[in-house]
Amino acid sequence: MSEDPRGSFEGKHEFTVIGQPLPKIDAWAKVIGETKYADDLFLPRMAYGRLLRSPHGHARVGRVDTTRARALPGVYAVITGADLPRVRFGILPVSQDEEALCTEKVRMVGDAVAAVAAVDEETAERACRLIDVEYEPLPALMSIEESLAHPEVRIHEYGDGPNVHKNVSLQFGDIEAAFARADLVREDVFFFEGNTHLPMEQHAAVAAAGPDGKLTLWSSTQTPHYVHRLLAKILETPAAHIRVVATPVGGGFGGKLDPFAHEIAACRLSQLTGRPVKIACTREEVFYIHRGRHPVLMWIKTGFTRNGDITGCHLRTWLDGGAYGSYGVASTFYTGVINPVTYKMPVYKFEGARIFTNKPPCGPKRGHGTPQPRFALECQLDKAAEQLGLDPAEMRKRILAEPFTKTANHLTVTTIGLGECIDRVVEASGWRTKWRGFRSEGAPTEPPPEPGCAGGARARTRRGIGIACSAYLTGAGTAVYWNSMPHSGVILRADRSGGVAVLCGATDIGQGSDSILAYLPAEILGIDPKDVHVHPADTSLTPVDLGSYSSRVTLMCGMAAIQASQRLREVIAQAVARKLEVEPGALAFRERKVGVAADWERAVPFAQAVELAEAMHGVLAFAGSYAPPKRAGKYKGGGVGPSPCYSYSACVVELSVDEETGEIELHDVWIGHDLGRALNPLLAEGQIEGSVYMGIGEALMEGQIFRKGVHKNPSLLEYKSPTTLETPEIHTFLVETDDPEGPFGAKEAGQGPLLPVIPAIANAVYHAVGVRCDEVPITPEMILKGLELRRQGRPARVGPARIPLFTFKAPVVVESAFGQPADAIAVRPFQP
Amino acid sequence: MKARLSLTVNGEAHDVLVPVHKTLLEVLREDLGLTGTKHGCELGECGTCTVLVDGAPVLSCLALPVDLAGATITTVEGMAEGGRLHPLQQAFAELGAAQCGYCTPGILLTAQALLADRPSPTRQEIREALAGNLCRCTGYTKILDAVELAALRIGVPR
Repeated sequence: MSEDPRGSFEGKHEFTVIGQPLPKIDAWAKVIGETKYADDLFLPRMAYGRLLRSPHGHARVGRVDTTRARALPGVYAVITGADLPRVRFGILPVSQDEEALCTEKVRMVGDAVAAVAAVDEETAERACRLIDVEYEPLPALMSIEESLAHPEVRIHEYGDGPNVHKNVSLQFGDIEAAFARADLVREDVFFFEGNTHLPMEQHAAVAAAGPDGKLTLWSSTQTPHYVHRLLAKILETPAAHIRVVATPVGGGFGGKLDPFAHEIAACRLSQLTGRPVKIACTREEVFYIHRGRHPVLMWIKTGFTRNGDITGCHLRTWLDGGAYGSYGVASTFYTGVINPVTYKMPVYKFEGARIFTNKPPCGPKRGHGTPQPRFALECQLDKAAEQLGLDPAEMRKRILAEPFTKTANHLTVTTIGLGECIDRVVEASGWRTKWRGFRSEGAPTEPPPEPGCAGGARARTRRGIGIACSAYLTGAGTAVYWNSMPHSGVILRADRSGGVAVLCGATDIGQGSDSILAYLPAEILGIDPKDVHVHPADTSLTPVDLGSYSSRVTLMCGMAAIQASQRLREVIAQAVARKLEVEPGALAFRERKVGVAADWERAVPFAQAVELAEAMHGVLAFAGSYAPPKRAGKYKGGGVGPSPCYSYSACVVELSVDEETGEIELHDVWIGHDLGRALNPLLAEGQIEGSVYMGIGEALMEGQIFRKGVHKNPSLLEYKSPTTLETPEIHTFLVETDDPEGPFGAKEAGQGPLLPVIPAIANAVYHAVGVRCDEVPITPEMILKGLELRRQGRPARVGPARIPLFTFKAPVVVESAFGQPADAIAVRPFQP
Repeated sequence: MKARLSLTVNGEAHDVLVPVHKTLLEVLREDLGLTGTKHGCELGECGTCTVLVDGAPVLSCLALPVDLAGATITTVEGMAEGGRLHPLQQAFAELGAAQCGYCTPGILLTAQALLADRPSPTRQEIREALAGNLCRCTGYTKILDAVELAALRIGVPR
């Protein structure tokens, strides 16, 4: 494998940087408060902007009169949709359905209709209240059922049917025959409530237009490249005259992946006023900007043999998409396509539909579309294991997918460390003892005590333990717009000081991409990460990286950085080899020196080696590029799901349930994660712990819910999220599989570990009190309802009772590729 | 209505002329250029904007500078002394307790007040002290670890 990025590093296991628990390179600025987030920018003459947002869930927009607002002292400019080109936009080419400032219709409370720039925020706010907007209210459709029941009220004029944004159906193999082969066929219905990212930093943007017609936007965005492209389209300004800088992002989780009204309005207001304009969103606005987790209703039918083998699986998902497309077409596919990656699933059918409603648009949140079906599948596996009399941990371990094979839906899977993940969490949690032990205390079989009966000898709280597993992609195999260019690029420049500058479009949202960009060149060039200066996310300066989404950054910008570093290393090696009169291949790079290991005393200091190379070759600047292998399945829809490699996670949760109050207390979470290789174990653990935490919030607390068209809890107090008191001890186990696709073998760690947490909690709740919660978040009310059902001798299941009346498309029928050998590994574009 | 105020921030005296309803958060960020203090809600719900007033954690988004004449205010910019990081800052950087870093200043200052009060807190005491500071990145694990490490180092100076 000559193209192996590790090339000459093969067999070298004594890394000096890789695998070390180093502080992040930006940690020092962060702990002294020096990091400049978007709202920390204050430019001379800067004006402050505000958006006027719709109070209606659905309405025609009539006259917008800005006369009174313009007359207010301190107001520099007021704009409406009429002041912007009439261009609709959207992050996906197939869903161009947004306007920055709505001109014809508003489709949700929070849609922007006008914007103001003023001397300060207070004046801007006051001016917004002086804008008179005539609305003609239309019926607001607030659920999937309402939207399907009212085809005459169309939220958009495009899509796969009235109020149907997307309708997909894919079938791989003969699903009826698969069910006929099964000893047990289960059908279950689940509901996963929507929730939001809740980054601690509210979105903010500063725009500065110059008299030369050039424009700079600093923004808390995870995708400066896509914002750059779309701004050119929306503002009808040449892309070459627009510069987008992603400031350090104070938490993203997928919430800062679209182009937003405040960014566009800031740009236009700056063009009109000739001043820099800042728009910082309030916390309430961030709840309406949303683009978070889709509420998804799911029906899942799976056939099992008596040993627990899956014969086939048929999944239907209905996504409540909200008012706009956003990433929704991808989200719809993601509710289906990743499921077959985890277990042997020889036959698979998936039908999904995304429905428009008059709510804030949903989009990608950590795990993008996959936590919902993962919850359904893993809870159903738990039920099947019980029916079959199997230990749910052992059953899962028996049915793991085979490494280096294809799934039913034609995805190539490389390394799989899930078996070891299961072993580690089963061992550490004491699963075997507890899974049988808690049960023998009688929890789920005997009736619970009457509510309110005095303490007595009976235990009020019951312990339970649950397990679940998952898989996630390490980077989407295709960009959001079709092209053959690199997904990530790096330019590496060595200077005579011995320092190395890295230029890369990647956006650090806290995950540590800047640090990865320092570690990899440092390892390859034998220098200290401190010698590397990272310049990220500036469209005028840095090669494109598509953005911080789909867990793609470490792998893709990592591979690009490795390629650039190797090119620089080669040139330095030639120059040093000539001086030392040795072969370039004999040289080692370490301890800031370049030399022959056996004759290390003559080794040349790195700075001097750079000078020798610069004298020989001229300026030392080298590019690296990466694009993922082209592995899209050869069927319509095959472009969503392929990834260079997949990470795997296994999670065990131990908790108590109070039978009197229904309260759940988490005690411990054990999580094993196959991340290929931990480039920095400290950062990897941090990603995993953060994922577990976020999963806990989704399982037990967080819900983006609405009443009469309005968000019910748009504040940090009312939208409950876990604090230090609700977050239990998290025990993390890093499992390394050294994947041939990843930089030094690394796979993702930032999203996958969220996935198993939610079903593991639901399964542990059942284990504790015998109540099946087929809906999240699991609330005390749901527990009490389930216990009451049990008391009445009825099935103790709490969850959705019916599915919508809906006709899916005739499926695209393709043969299952299950078990076929994987496509060639590591055949990469952009190799010299 | 504007008021002329004298504020002592990080040991330095500042005279500012600000509207009386302007919050401490706004005055620190906009009038004094101390943007290390962040905001997450401006409603007193998330702890992000925490600063110390006479050593006690205060939500700067709810505090009015007109009430703070004569008080000693500490922001994250005032934690390091003479270029030497506070042990909490050192531990947060070393252990990866700051991911996106946005909640970090508020948490550092809340923890500083805790350690001044209880030099060797238990993990549960740290949890309780930080229960009003939301963090969405870390799952709090590395934050608790870092506060423990800092407490240890303060107790046994190196």
